[in-house]
Amino acid sequence: MPLRPDPEELLKRVQAEEERSRRARFKVFFGAAPGVGKTFAMLQDAQRRRLEGTDVAVGLVETHHREETERLLQGLEVLPRKSTPHRGIFLEEFDLDAALARKPSLVLVDELAHSNAPGCRHAKRWQDVMELLDAGIDVYSTVNVQHLESFKEVVAQITGIVVQERIPDTVLERCDELELVDISIEELTQRLAEGKVYVPDQAKHAVQRFFRRGNLLALRELALRRTAELVDADMRRYREAQGIEETWAAGQRLLVGITPRAASEALIREARRMAESLGASWMAVYVDFGKRLSGAERERLEAHLRLAERLGGEGIALPGHASLAEDLLALARSRNVTQILVGRSDRPQWLERIQGGLLGKLSAQAGHIHIHVVPVAQAESPKQIPRPVPSPWPGPAVLGQCALYVALATGLGAVLPWMELADIVMVFTIPILVAAVRFGRNAALLTSVIAVMSYDFFFIHPRFTLDVGDMKHLGTFVIMLGLGFVIGNLTERVRQQAIRAQLREHRTLALYRLGESLVQAGDQTETIAAAIRAVEAQFRAHVTFYLPGREGRLEPEHGQAPPQEDTQGVAQWAFDHGQAAGRGTGVLPASRALFLPLKGVRRILGVMSLHSEEGPLWEEPDQRHLLESFANQTALALERASLSAEAHAARLQAEREELRNTLLSSVSHDLRTPLAGITGSATTLMEDPGTLNAAERNALLGSIQEEAFRMHRLISNLLDLTRLESGSIQLRREWLPAEEVVGSALNHLGTLGEGREIQFLSGHPAPLLWGDSVLLEQVLINLVENALKFSPADKPVEIQIHGTDKGVSVLVSDHGPGIPEGLEARIFEKLFRAHGGGAGAGLGLAICQAIVRAHGGHVQANNRPQGGAQFVAWLPYDGVPPVEPVEESREC
Amino acid sequence: MNAESPLVLVVDDEPQLLRFLTAALKSHDYRVMTAETAGEGERLILSHRPDAILLDLGLPDRDGLEVVAHVRGWCDTPIIVISARGKEDDKVEALEAGANDYLTKPFGTRELIARIRVALRNRFQASPASPVVEFGDVRVDLEDRSVTRRGERVHLTPNEFKLLAALVRHPGKVLTHNQLLREVWGSANLQQTHYLRVYMNQLRYKLEEDPARPRHLQTELGVGYRLVEP
Repeated sequence: MPLRPDPEELLKRVQAEEERSRRARFKVFFGAAPGVGKTFAMLQDAQRRRLEGTDVAVGLVETHHREETERLLQGLEVLPRKSTPHRGIFLEEFDLDAALARKPSLVLVDELAHSNAPGCRHAKRWQDVMELLDAGIDVYSTVNVQHLESFKEVVAQITGIVVQERIPDTVLERCDELELVDISIEELTQRLAEGKVYVPDQAKHAVQRFFRRGNLLALRELALRRTAELVDADMRRYREAQGIEETWAAGQRLLVGITPRAASEALIREARRMAESLGASWMAVYVDFGKRLSGAERERLEAHLRLAERLGGEGIALPGHASLAEDLLALARSRNVTQILVGRSDRPQWLERIQGGLLGKLSAQAGHIHIHVVPVAQAESPKQIPRPVPSPWPGPAVLGQCALYVALATGLGAVLPWMELADIVMVFTIPILVAAVRFGRNAALLTSVIAVMSYDFFFIHPRFTLDVGDMKHLGTFVIMLGLGFVIGNLTERVRQQAIRAQLREHRTLALYRLGESLVQAGDQTETIAAAIRAVEAQFRAHVTFYLPGREGRLEPEHGQAPPQEDTQGVAQWAFDHGQAAGRGTGVLPASRALFLPLKGVRRILGVMSLHSEEGPLWEEPDQRHLLESFANQTALALERASLSAEAHAARLQAEREELRNTLLSSVSHDLRTPLAGITGSATTLMEDPGTLNAAERNALLGSIQEEAFRMHRLISNLLDLTRLESGSIQLRREWLPAEEVVGSALNHLGTLGEGREIQFLSGHPAPLLWGDSVLLEQVLINLVENALKFSPADKPVEIQIHGTDKGVSVLVSDHGPGIPEGLEARIFEKLFRAHGGGAGAGLGLAICQAIVRAHGGHVQANNRPQGGAQFVAWLPYDGVPPVEPVEESREC
Repeated sequence: MNAESPLVLVVDDEPQLLRFLTAALKSHDYRVMTAETAGEGERLILSHRPDAILLDLGLPDRDGLEVVAHVRGWCDTPIIVISARGKEDDKVEALEAGANDYLTKPFGTRELIARIRVALRNRFQASPASPVVEFGDVRVDLEDRSVTRRGERVHLTPNEFKLLAALVRHPGKVLTHNQLLREVWGSANLQQTHYLRVYMNQLRYKLEEDPARPRHLQTELGVGYRLVEP
C-alpha cells in the first residue's frame, strides 16, 4: 500500500507553493563558462518582456562593449550605478537602494557571483538580489557553473583554479526558472578565438588555461548535470505534491560528522550532494569534547559550520558527553536522522582496532540508521594534523618543583634501609602523581623521566652512574615512563572536563541570572537595562538597543551607540529582515558592531548591537550561542513587557469608556437643568406684553446669568476631568510662592466668594509650592468653593500652608456641618454628593484629587474636633526648593 | 453716537458673539465694525484704521496669532484677543506677538469695557505722561526712583524696583513672564521665572494690604502679571 504523504510535509509544500506564487520570480541564466551568451539571452528575454508591457529596468549589465549585446540594451531603462571609492579608484557597483526605490517589476542584474566593493550593504551581489526578491521585485541574473559553492572542489580539480567568487547552492535553488544557455564547445572556442569573449587583460594567462577544451567539456557537463538535478528536484517536488509516487515514507535526514580538519570541507560538500539527491535535509555536526583547538583549527571549524549553512544544511556544534559515536547517534535519533555520513579515519589501522574505531561503534549501535563512510583525501600536510591537547610545557619553576619531588622520593628511598628496589619504584610513583595532579600531563611526563633517571642513578647497580647493569631494569623504566604517561593523560582529561563543566556552569549561571533579572524587570525600560547589564558583563562589550518608534523606524533606545558608523542603517536592516548583520555575519561584515534582531514569538521587537574595542568575545561558537540565547530571552521578556503594557492600556481604556458613559448620562441631567432655567427666563422676557415690573425683569435676567455661570463651571469641570484622566495634560511644574497661587485663586472665586471672609494663615513668606500653577489654582478654587458652599455665610473659611523639606500641605477648613460619618473617602469620587443633589455635579473634589495625584501627592478629608470639615492636600517636592535670590541690600 | 467716539473692530466668526459684542459696545458709546474672517478684518483695519481691535484666536481662514503678528508689522492699534480657558500658551504667544490684552471666554460686559478702556488709554498715552504713578495708597516716582505708601517711603531692592517700574509703565496691561524677565534681567535669564515670582511676592508684601488677596499687583497664572489701578 503506498504511503500517503506526511501531512506535515504536505503542509510545508503547500505553504512553499503559496509563497512561490506570491513572491517575486527569480530567473537565472546559467552557463558552463564565460562567453556562452548568458547576458545576451537575458537581454533578449528582457526585451520580449518589455514588449509584453512589463516594467523592466536594467540594474547592472556588463556588455563589455560588444556591439550585438549593446544593441539589445536599446529601449531598456538603465538604472544608474553606484560608484564607491576604493583605494583611490572608483568602483562601479549595482545600486541596490536605487533599484528598491525605483521598484520596477523586473530588474536585470548580471553576474550573480560578483563580490561587491567594500562599503556596500552586502558583501556579495547575490545578497542584493535576495533583497530585491524579498522586496517583491522579479530578477533576471546570470551565473556560471564554476561559481557554485558545491562545485568548488570539482572545478579546482578540473581547471586547477580555485574560484574565489562563489554563490551558495541555495541561491540557485531559490530561482523559479533556470535557463541553461548552452553552446557547443567548438562554437565557444571559436568565439574565444575571435575575441568575442570578454577577457580581462591581467587574467589572460589564467583564462587560457581555463578555456582548454578538456576543461570546457567537463564544465559543460557539470552545468548540464546541475540543471538536470535542479529540474529533477522540481519534478520530484511536483510528483510528491500530486501524490504520484511516494519516494520516502518520512523525510530523509542526513547527518555528517565533521572535525576542524580541512578534509571535512570535502565531506560537507559530499553530504550536500548526497542530501540533494535524496531530497533530504541535512546537518553537519561537530562534537566538542573540550579538546583545545588552535586558532587556525577554530577558524576552520567555524568556516565548516558556516559552509554547511551556506549549502543549505544546518551547522551544529554539540558539547560532547559520552563518546563521539554515542553523541552522534543520540543526536541522530532525536532529530530522526536516517543517514549518517562520516569520513574514513586516517588514523593507523592498529590504533583503530585497539580503540574500537568510531565506525565500529557507530555501526554496532546504529540500528536502522544507515552509516556511510566517505574516503577523505589527505588534504592536509602532517603538521596541520591537530595534536591532542597542546598543554603548556612546564616552565623552570614548575620543573624545579618536579625535581624537588623526585629528590624527596630519592631521599626517602635512600634513608629507609628496609626498602627493596620494588618498594622504591613505588615511592617514585608518588612525585609523578603529584606532578600530574598539580601541573598536568607534560609535567607528569617530565617528572617520570627525572624519576627514571634518578632511580637509575641512585639505586641501580652500578650506582651513581646512568649505566644499567641488568637489562631487566629497563622494563621497570618503561613501566615508570608509561605510568607517567597514563596518569598524566588521565589527570589532564579530568582537568579538561572540569574546565568544560566550569564553562557550562558559567553559561548556565549567566543565563539564569539574566532570566532572573528579566523576570524582576517590570517594564520595557527595566528589561532593557537588565539585558544591557547582563550582556555587557558577559561579553565585555558596549550594548545598544534599538526599538521601533513611529512607522517602524528604529531609534536607539539605551546604551552607548558604536561610534563612526551608519549604525542606524545596519540596525534597521537587521530589524526589517530579521537577520543578524554586521561583524561576523554575511551582511556588512566590515561593520565594527554586531546587530542581532530580537525575535519574539509574534514579531521582531528590536535590535541589539554589540561592539567591543578589545575584540569581540562572542565569535567562538559556544559564546555566539550564548549570545543568541541572551538575545532570545531578552526578546521574550520585551514581548512580555509590551504585552502586559498593552493589556494594561486596554484595561485603562475600558475603564475610561465606562466612566465616560456614566458621566454623560449623569451630566446630561445637570446640563439640562440650567438650560431649562435660561430658556424659561428668556422666553418669559421676550413674550412679556408689559406686565412684568422692573424687579421681576431683573430677577429673570439675574437667573439667566446665574444659570449660564453654572453651566460654564460644569462644562469646564467636565473638560478638566476628562483631560486629567486621559493623561493628556502635561504638568508644568515650577516653584511657586504659595501666596501667588492662593491670591490668584481668591481673585477667581466668582460670586460664591462675594462678601465671605477667607483667612490665609501662613508664615511669611509662605513656603514654595512645586507644581503647575494653573492646576494648583484650580485645586484651591475647588476646595475653597466647596468649603464656602457647605458652611454658614457668617463663618470664615481658612487656608493654611505648612511646609517641610519634603513638600507642602495645603489645608482648607470650614465651620460647616462637616462630612457625614464614613463618607470621608467617598466624597472624592466622581458624581458623589455628600449632601444630596442640587449643589453641583460632584466633580469639583474629584478634579482636586486627580490634580493632586498627578503631582504625586494625595488629598484627604476629615472632620475637625472643633467642628467643620478640613481638606488636606499634600504636594511633595521633587527636589530641593531653590534658595531665595540674594540681592545686595542697596536700596532705591 | 458721534463720529468722535472710538471705533472698535470685532473679528469673530461666531454670530452669537458678534451680536453680543456689537450690542454691548454700542451701548457704551463705541462705534463698531465687524469682520468674520482674518482677511476681511485686515482689509478693514487698513481702510478704516479702527482705534481698537477685538480678535478671536480661532478664525476659519487663518490662525489669530498670525493676524496679531501681521497687524503689528504695520500699525500699533491695540489688539485684545479673545481666547478659551485653558489655553494659556496661546495667550502668552499672542501677548508676545504684540497683543495688548486678552479676554477669556465667557466674559461679561463689565470686563470687556474695562479692558477696552485700558487699551485705548494706553494707546493715547504710550508711556505715562508724568513720571509719577499712583495706585491705591502707593505712589511711584519713576524719575527719582522712589516709592511711598501712605506717605511713607518703602524700601525696594533694585530688582524689585525694576519690576515695579515695568508694570507701572503699562498700567492695566498684562506683561508676560518673558517680557518682564527681559525688562528686569535682560534676555539671559529667560528660564528663571522662579526669581520673578519671588520678587513679585516680595513686592506684594511691601505694597499690598493683603498679599494673599492682592488688589493691584495681580497674577495672571500661567501668563504673567498685571498692575490694576483702582
